Amino acid sequence: MDYPLIVDVFFVLLATLAVVSGWRVFATDSMVRASFFLLVSFIAVGVIMILLAAEYLGVAMFFMMAVEMMVMAIFMVMFMMNPAGLNPMMMVHQHKFSIAAGAAVFLVLATVALLAEFPDSPLPADLDPVASLGDELLGDSMLIFESAGIVLLTTMIGVVVLSSHRGRYGAADEGSMPPGLVPGGDPAGMPEEDDEGDGHHHCH
Amino acid sequence: MTLVTLLLLAAALIGIGFYGALSQQSFVMLMMGLELILNGVMLAAVAFWALSGAGAPEGQLLTIVVMAVMAIEMAMGFALVVAVFRTNQADVTEGITELKH
Repeated sequence: MDYPLIVDVFFVLLATLAVVSGWRVFATDSMVRASFFLLVSFIAVGVIMILLAAEYLGVAMFFMMAVEMMVMAIFMVMFMMNPAGLNPMMMVHQHKFSIAAGAAVFLVLATVALLAEFPDSPLPADLDPVASLGDELLGDSMLIFESAGIVLLTTMIGVVVLSSHRGRYGAADEGSMPPGLVPGGDPAGMPEEDDEGDGHHHCH
Repeated sequence: MTLVTLLLLAAALIGIGFYGALSQQSFVMLMMGLELILNGVMLAAVAFWALSGAGAPEGQLLTIVVMAVMAIEMAMGFALVVAVFRTNQADVTEGITELKH
């Protein structure tokens, strides 16, 4: 299927943006910036989806990723020791193996893309992508769609159970000690105390 | 914009995500790698739907399912980060070499 030149130009720009920002996610010092780079990568892919006439999926991608990356940025600030990237930092392990594995995955998939012969059957001219997706979701594939909803509900319950402060066998942070500064070393601080300051008495 | 270039882009995203998921120490960064992999998968699914599948609606349905998987991965990942942080006060993968609690 031939696209007009302007679509090709946009595709090249968006593809470059998606790959470069995807790479910057793991190359920037700031964890918050990393989540926004990931958001840029997702939005570029969402625009490419819209160029491919999948308008509903592209727009759904924008909404979903905008919220998801904000949650990710908040979690970064909550948990990271260095969320703003004030000190240069590279927190990686098995680095060379990872680079080789990532390159190998790309090469294998690229070989498949270049050598395999896929059927060339573009969208019919009279197809309404959004209407056909809606018919499918609430028609033949309704069971799959509803199952996804049930799985999401199960996930919500599981997440509440997992992250509850009161664990299954007592308090979730009982006996919790910070990790050592060096592997196997002394804990780098004291066990977590209750947040209440002096003058508060607990009534257990 | 042809099927081959779209699949090459998807392969690049999956490769970068694979590198990130294997190399990052921070749990949240590790999840970003997994997200990038799913990003490439969704792009490949839409590309096949639009250029090779004659607009069969199951192609779009597959992308919706991958989106649901992505949401589940995020939610469970963050819950596990919270649970690990409660027991170890750490958010790096090295913090749970001994799963004692």
